[in-house]
Amino acid sequence: MLSIKNLHASVEDTPILKGINLEIPAGEVHSIMGPNGSGKSTLARVLAGEESYEVTDGSVTFNGVDLLDMDPDVRAREGLFMAFQYPVEIPGVSTKYFLRAAVNAVREHRGLDELDAYEFLKEVKEKAEVLDLDTSLLDRSVNEGFSGGEKKRAEIFQMAMLDPSMCVLDETDSGLDIDALKIVSDGVNALRNEKRSFLVITHYQRLLNYIVPDRVHVLMDGQIVESGDRDLGMKLEEQGYAGVEHPCGADA
Amino acid sequence: MPEDPNVALDTWAEQTDYKWGFVTDIESETLPPGLDEDVIRGISARKREPEWLLEWRLEAYRHWLTMDEPEWAHFPDHDWRPVDYQAISYYSAPKSDEDRPKSLDEVDPKLLETYEKLGIPLEERAALAGVAVDAVFDSVSVATTYKDKLKEAGVIFCPFSEAVHEHPELVQQYLGRVVPANDNFFAALNSAVFTDGSFVFVPKGVTCPMELSTYFRINAMSTGQFERTLIVAEEGASVSYLEGCTAPMRDENQLHAAVVELIALDDASIKYSTIQNWYPGDENGVGGIYNFVTKRGLCEGDRSHISWTQVETGSAITWKYPSCILKGDESIGEFYSVALTNMKQQADTGTKMVHLGRNTRSNIVSKGISAGNGQNTYRGLVKIRPKAVNARNYTQCDSMLMGDRCGAHTFPYIEAENDSAVVEHEASTSKIGEDQIFYLNQRGISSEDAVSMIVNGFCREVLAELPMEFAVEARKLLEVSLEDSVG
Ligand SMILES: Nc1ncnc2c1ncn2[C@@H]1O[C@H](COP(=O)(O)OP(=O)(O)OP(=O)(O)O)[C@@H](O)[C@H]1O
Ligand SMILES: [Mg+2]
Repeated sequence: MLSIKNLHASVEDTPILKGINLEIPAGEVHSIMGPNGSGKSTLARVLAGEESYEVTDGSVTFNGVDLLDMDPDVRAREGLFMAFQYPVEIPGVSTKYFLRAAVNAVREHRGLDELDAYEFLKEVKEKAEVLDLDTSLLDRSVNEGFSGGEKKRAEIFQMAMLDPSMCVLDETDSGLDIDALKIVSDGVNALRNEKRSFLVITHYQRLLNYIVPDRVHVLMDGQIVESGDRDLGMKLEEQGYAGVEHPCGADA
Repeated sequence: MPEDPNVALDTWAEQTDYKWGFVTDIESETLPPGLDEDVIRGISARKREPEWLLEWRLEAYRHWLTMDEPEWAHFPDHDWRPVDYQAISYYSAPKSDEDRPKSLDEVDPKLLETYEKLGIPLEERAALAGVAVDAVFDSVSVATTYKDKLKEAGVIFCPFSEAVHEHPELVQQYLGRVVPANDNFFAALNSAVFTDGSFVFVPKGVTCPMELSTYFRINAMSTGQFERTLIVAEEGASVSYLEGCTAPMRDENQLHAAVVELIALDDASIKYSTIQNWYPGDENGVGGIYNFVTKRGLCEGDRSHISWTQVETGSAITWKYPSCILKGDESIGEFYSVALTNMKQQADTGTKMVHLGRNTRSNIVSKGISAGNGQNTYRGLVKIRPKAVNARNYTQCDSMLMGDRCGAHTFPYIEAENDSAVVEHEASTSKIGEDQIFYLNQRGISSEDAVSMIVNGFCREVLAELPMEFAVEARKLLEVSLEDSVG
């Protein structure tokens, strides 16, 4: 599904990602943990194609094609979804209007017919129920005035609507209360299948109790320094990142 | 590789071409260029006007001669070329002036074609949207529809020149009442040489049964356009009037100096909506329309209501302040504006709300979008006169910048002469967010669609004020103006 090789990326000439290697096979859930500022969001944004990050070395293939060569909107239509750590507000644009445009852009790319208003609303209703999302939110402007939790829930709702094959979740759990965490995790779990993969960025082992990962990776200073199964997450919770050995031994 | 949104936005600014630049080949009967009393007599004679109107014109002209052209200090970057008033031809009419078409079948097919190209298929629009259309082509109206239905309701909606003949007493009663002939340089010029426009009269208690619309279009070479519109709503009457225009591509600056007067008596309401898309000139600032319009509404009666809504995307220079004089007690004035400047366009627009009566209210929402080297200025005056007890004003001015070569300026003037006044002002300036574009991209939406979505969202409160079919057109216009913006 997603194959990241020796990925280096900089922002304003400062290297942030320093040789990431990561293979995420179809159907697997991988988690990335790591201290603040280690480059987790940077990795997510580089995958999604944000312009301010410059890829200086390495490659990413997505379903066998060069991901880095695609514009961000094409990546999305090809099935890459990123739930933002900080979802952006777009004043004056109704969430429903925006989402229908997004769904239809993706569908057109995949050779499917546009959803008409009726079909779209039917799908909205179904997906919103699973996530226990108050649909009145969808009549408001995109993310505008949403609470932190509502924003995160809306991100997962959009993910469900867009039917991606690779989902990158950047700290979707932060800002959620315990009930919301369960609901969102259930929503994610309902989307798990043998064709869809997840990259779940989090600080908290707690999330991994709900969304059980196949692999856990530790990102420090722009490199993956340790990988393991879900037990690694628990170990990190007990010992913190200090227990993780830095490959260069520099600042561990 | 994907492109830099900043660069892409700049490219948009450079690439935007004027889709509707074409010239219709219709033989015109045109007065030779130049302006003197004989020319004014010539115009008046061709229109077989009554003596009083000729005198009114001549008086305006004599006053105009004593006035100075306004200073353009606030357009520092523009390659301002002074208007040569002697090089303008003040009268141009389609050849068949004598026997004007009685129905659409009689209209020059080329003219109808022109409307098609503009996306305004006259018969379709009129029939489908139930809109009465009084089309002004150059200086003479050539087609009027839905007259009967309006007549039944007692509404008069006709070319100005026709009103002069058929309702002279009404024209004489109201002409110049809100914008006197000597009001300002361009209003005086308009008063002297105006050729046509629209006249609307909605009698007491009548709600006009349909939206009224007029399309103006500059066509003949070097013909200044001096439309004159007068709308009167008697006690308890209400009317919604739409005005929209696009103009063909020209290398020469052309002057557009219209005057619009609105008068609302007790409990009357007038809603006036404009989409302005005159030729903006090219990316070097060559050509384009100079749009110097005087629009003013008088809320004469108690509880009267006048609302201006405008979407301004065209012209090289726009200088326009649709205003309300709130004379009646509890009268309401509103101004909703979207102004988009691109390339080297300059827009200086806003409103004046003059509160004279008690418990008068005004509401101002202005959205300025600047791109390329465009300069966008909001200039507004809220004046509360001493007798205006409990006057209220709310003003909101938002500016959006695309790229870093454009500018946005806000000059809100407040003169409150009564202590009971409450005047609120909010303003914001933002750059179109790359994070917003990226967010929409990440959901599969192209950068071009993203920009248009964000801009439409930014303007939503104003677009919502437009009548339905106009809102669709306005959205389309913003979209077209934003084509090739990115990607
Ligand atoms: N646009 C930017 N400009 C400058 N520095 C940046 C930019 N984006 C990221 N960085 C820097 O890159 C480093 C990695 O940031 P990133 O957001 O990827 O960390 P993170 O692992 O997601 O942290 P957190 O756990 O706090 O979310 C930080 O030092 C950050 O300051
Ligand atoms: Mg982060």
